[in-house]
Amino acid sequence: MASSRSASSNFLKLEFVLGALLVGVIGLAVLFSGVIFPGGADKIDLMSRLVPPFARPAHLFGTDPLGRDVLARVVAGGKISLLVGFASVAGGVTVGVVMGLIAGYYRGIWDMLVMRFADIQLALPFILLAITFIAIVGGGLANTIILLVVSQWVQYARLVRGSVLTLREREFILSARAIGVKDWRIIVQHLLPNLIGPVIVLMTLNVATNILLESSLTFLGLGIDPTIPSWGGMLAEGRTYLQTAWWVSVFPGLAILLTVLGLNLLGDWLRDSLDPTGRTSV
Amino acid sequence: MAAFLVKRLLQAVFVVIAVTLTVAFAIRLTGDPALMLTQGAGSVTEADLVKIREGLGLNEPFLVQYFNFLKGIVTLDFGKSFLGGTPVSLLIGKALPATLSLAFTSLIVSIVISIPLGIKAATARGKWADQMIRILSLVGLSFPNFWLATMLVLLFAIALPLLPPSGMDGFASFILPAVTMGIILTATNVRLVRTTMLETLRSQYIMVARAKGLSENVVLYKHALRNCAIPLITFFGLQFGGLLGGIVVVERVFNWPGLGTLAFDAVGARDYPVLQAVITVLSLMIIGINLLVDIAYGLVDPRIRTE
Repeated sequence: MASSRSASSNFLKLEFVLGALLVGVIGLAVLFSGVIFPGGADKIDLMSRLVPPFARPAHLFGTDPLGRDVLARVVAGGKISLLVGFASVAGGVTVGVVMGLIAGYYRGIWDMLVMRFADIQLALPFILLAITFIAIVGGGLANTIILLVVSQWVQYARLVRGSVLTLREREFILSARAIGVKDWRIIVQHLLPNLIGPVIVLMTLNVATNILLESSLTFLGLGIDPTIPSWGGMLAEGRTYLQTAWWVSVFPGLAILLTVLGLNLLGDWLRDSLDPTGRTSV
Repeated sequence: MAAFLVKRLLQAVFVVIAVTLTVAFAIRLTGDPALMLTQGAGSVTEADLVKIREGLGLNEPFLVQYFNFLKGIVTLDFGKSFLGGTPVSLLIGKALPATLSLAFTSLIVSIVISIPLGIKAATARGKWADQMIRILSLVGLSFPNFWLATMLVLLFAIALPLLPPSGMDGFASFILPAVTMGIILTATNVRLVRTTMLETLRSQYIMVARAKGLSENVVLYKHALRNCAIPLITFFGLQFGGLLGGIVVVERVFNWPGLGTLAFDAVGARDYPVLQAVITVLSLMIIGINLLVDIAYGLVDPRIRTE
């Protein structure tokens, strides 16, 4: 038993190192894209169109049909993905945790509203919600983020509500109430710290999910404006040249895969570190 | 049991009403269909517009329109497409089998891969085989489905021209889209099979089966797998919504003549009757499947009913 435990703790370390490395390297490259590629992602050079990858040191990942450097575009396109991923999760967690705390602590009408909303959300796949929403209000960066927040806050609300329901019957909460501690203090000082772990795990995994969702939407022409470099948008463009220029479609997708994998590894590692019994892992 | 059934049914009815109301209301917000219909039609008078609105029933109050829409769902009459005036139910009738047959094949691909892998992971718990499978499943979860589809086309339709890159025409055309969705589904299913199997392997009848001297394969695939079947079928059923959502996107890559392609063409052409019908049909199917799964589970496992 002891050997298998140390093997799985080694595995956890490996997950963390790999995840942190992927997210760290990609995150830094995207953050400093302006410094690494001073020419920018939009520099058109019709003299060097469709250069294959690894053929010229100036264009490591090749160039697209307008002669733009694919590597520079991939790095610049990461800005959109990371921005959407983190901003949407920040929005979703804020709304969801507040609603979940209210629903779990006060029960009643709030509780019913949250749970019924969750039912509706379960019945509508995200992509359908997205098509309807975007057909009405149009795509774009802000709308994509809002859409992700609207579709995801319920996950946090349900998670928090569930934890609060069990926590509120525990002795330390009951005694805090008995000595007359105010509700908001109980919520902020006693409830929040006890339920933040699973919320952080869900946040990490959702940044990954949302990067995937944004790229799907943009690929379908429903998300980010196609003139802004983004991974989903580059993949949509690349489809036309699949026969002649595979690299235009390969590298942006690889960037999505590695970023999302890094975040998933970190999320998996976090979940197991916070909950060694593996109760919450599926 | 009766109370559970009634409660669950009421819940489903509530969700149906909420979803159809949202869809009907949202579609109204998108603009005046009469204006869209007459776009580019030359000189259009206000009287013409009023006539078109009356023809579409748009002069009625919203609630009346909503009830007409509900009546349409029941009688399978979703109105006519803005493009060419084909009845929407005909378009849906053609696209729905394409989407469902792809969903079904994808599920089979995923079950065939995930059951042996999940059982292997459970029996090798904590060993390197388990950890390899876990990493592979994380990689699978990280693939954008449309990019995986594109890469499979690049490999097996362009570099090695073995399979058709798009369209639905015979068995060969199913392979690439079904494998794409199958791989994505397998990523979650492997972990579900592993967890369910770990629980089952702890039970006493497994110990008895082993003590009787049955071969490991008989114990795993006959005794244990059979007892995993109920939770697994539930999980697979609940995945249906996500599966349909994924297929809608992947259809785009493969030009698959299903509901996804129908919906995206409708968005592009602002063909709202079609869009409204696709969304309604897909949501009703998902609500229905979730309801069936819950009821079946309640029938088999009495503990669920009291929750």
